[in-house]
Amino acid sequence: MGSYSTNELRSGLKVMLDGEPCSILENEFVKPGKGQAFNRVKLRNLFSGRVWERTFKSGEKLDGADVMDQDMEYLYTDGEFWFFMDPQSFEQVQADKAAVGETAKWLKEQETYEVTLFNGAPISITPPNFIELEITETDPGLKGDTAQGGSKPATLSTGAVVRVPLFIDQGEIIRIDTRTAEYVSRAKG
Amino acid sequence: MSWQPSASFNNIRARAAMLAKIRQFFAERNVLEVETPLVCDSTVTDPYIESLQLTSGDYLQTSPEYAMKRLLAAGIGDCYQICKAFREDESGLRHNPEFTLLEWYRVGFSLDALMDEVGTLVNLFLPNKKVEKLTYQEAFERTLGFDPLAISLNDLKAKASQHIQLEMPDGTLDDWLNALISLVIEPTLGKEGLTFIYQYPPSQAALAKLTKNDRTQSVAARFELYYQGIELANGFDELTDQPSQAERFAKDNDERQQRGQKRIPIDQAFLTSLAQLPDCSGVALGLDRLLMLNTQSPSIQDVLTFPDRQ
Repeated sequence: MGSYSTNELRSGLKVMLDGEPCSILENEFVKPGKGQAFNRVKLRNLFSGRVWERTFKSGEKLDGADVMDQDMEYLYTDGEFWFFMDPQSFEQVQADKAAVGETAKWLKEQETYEVTLFNGAPISITPPNFIELEITETDPGLKGDTAQGGSKPATLSTGAVVRVPLFIDQGEIIRIDTRTAEYVSRAKG
Repeated sequence: MSWQPSASFNNIRARAAMLAKIRQFFAERNVLEVETPLVCDSTVTDPYIESLQLTSGDYLQTSPEYAMKRLLAAGIGDCYQICKAFREDESGLRHNPEFTLLEWYRVGFSLDALMDEVGTLVNLFLPNKKVEKLTYQEAFERTLGFDPLAISLNDLKAKASQHIQLEMPDGTLDDWLNALISLVIEPTLGKEGLTFIYQYPPSQAALAKLTKNDRTQSVAARFELYYQGIELANGFDELTDQPSQAERFAKDNDERQQRGQKRIPIDQAFLTSLAQLPDCSGVALGLDRLLMLNTQSPSIQDVLTFPDRQ
């Protein structure tokens, strides 16, 4: 993988820190006119998603991390693992609960997800920003109520619960913003 | 291919106005503008400054200090220079490997008188700022609660670990003091006005005279100026003692060797001239940073036409 000097750490670069893969968010060069230079680095731990702040002496080296993001299709779950397929090579990978995390509630078969692979194994799954899902359970829709601001909970086919407008009915397919878990619109038929 | 300047026309014009004002400031005070070469056959020994070297073996200057002191030793009197200086591998929000320095020397000025003059000049570009002078010791005692001139390396490491996540197994006392001042103290300096820090540890004297503080501890007659957490200037009551200077050069080179850096051949012309250097105080001020603050620009790139893009 090679290694990178602190001066080469650019936003988005993946490096190993304390044995865990991290993505560089920010790198600030701090140097007094006379005296040792430092790099104040912000990194996201790709296992935990936590943001770390570390300071290094300038010129120190960090090992690169074998991390890549790949678009893959979600296939199914056996309850323990979630299976994804590379649509080009048809190769499959299995992601565990830690890797899938919160994304589990947005997993729909045949949908494409960004799978982050570390040494070839999935460590996190990012859903598309917008996804269309069927409502499996909600109170009956209120006819004609398209202007009022009210909302009600609705359970989706993936198990996620979101707030939807009162006029939406069970069985309808709606568009959700996965970043905010908010209803956007009815899916265009 | 992006070819447009990175500075706005407004900032390019602000630089021109700044240069004109500075020249007027010194003309009014009878300080002579001088020029010295950018390409030099020797360079600084400072272990924390790397010079850019040409294929001929010559160096691009990291500051005009040695050449200007030779002029002073020859008897030129009060003088200033606006010039480019170069430092390898310095790049960031406040650094560019090529930058503009304003450096000036005042014969017979005390360090305190020079701080006042720096304050007056900076006030032209950052108006109505209150001026505060703090010793290095006071800055540490106020922010971190210990005396930086009397602490052991082990105690310092323990204190530092409460404030910064930094592994520096081979770090010296000065490395840790530098880490604390630049990462913890500096961001708090000059929040409301101009803050001068003076009386540095003797180990960080560089080219400044040594003196005693009011607790009779040895300190360097050196100052730095900060505004909004940004280091703007570094000044010395200039060392005029040739043997001490030769000793400091040798010590720098030993440190360079220990750290795996090249030894730098001593600038003999400068060292010889020191015997004639009159008592004077001198300061170098980063004009790009002053312009950043003057134009409220977040990055040095905003005030440079074509910054280094690494």
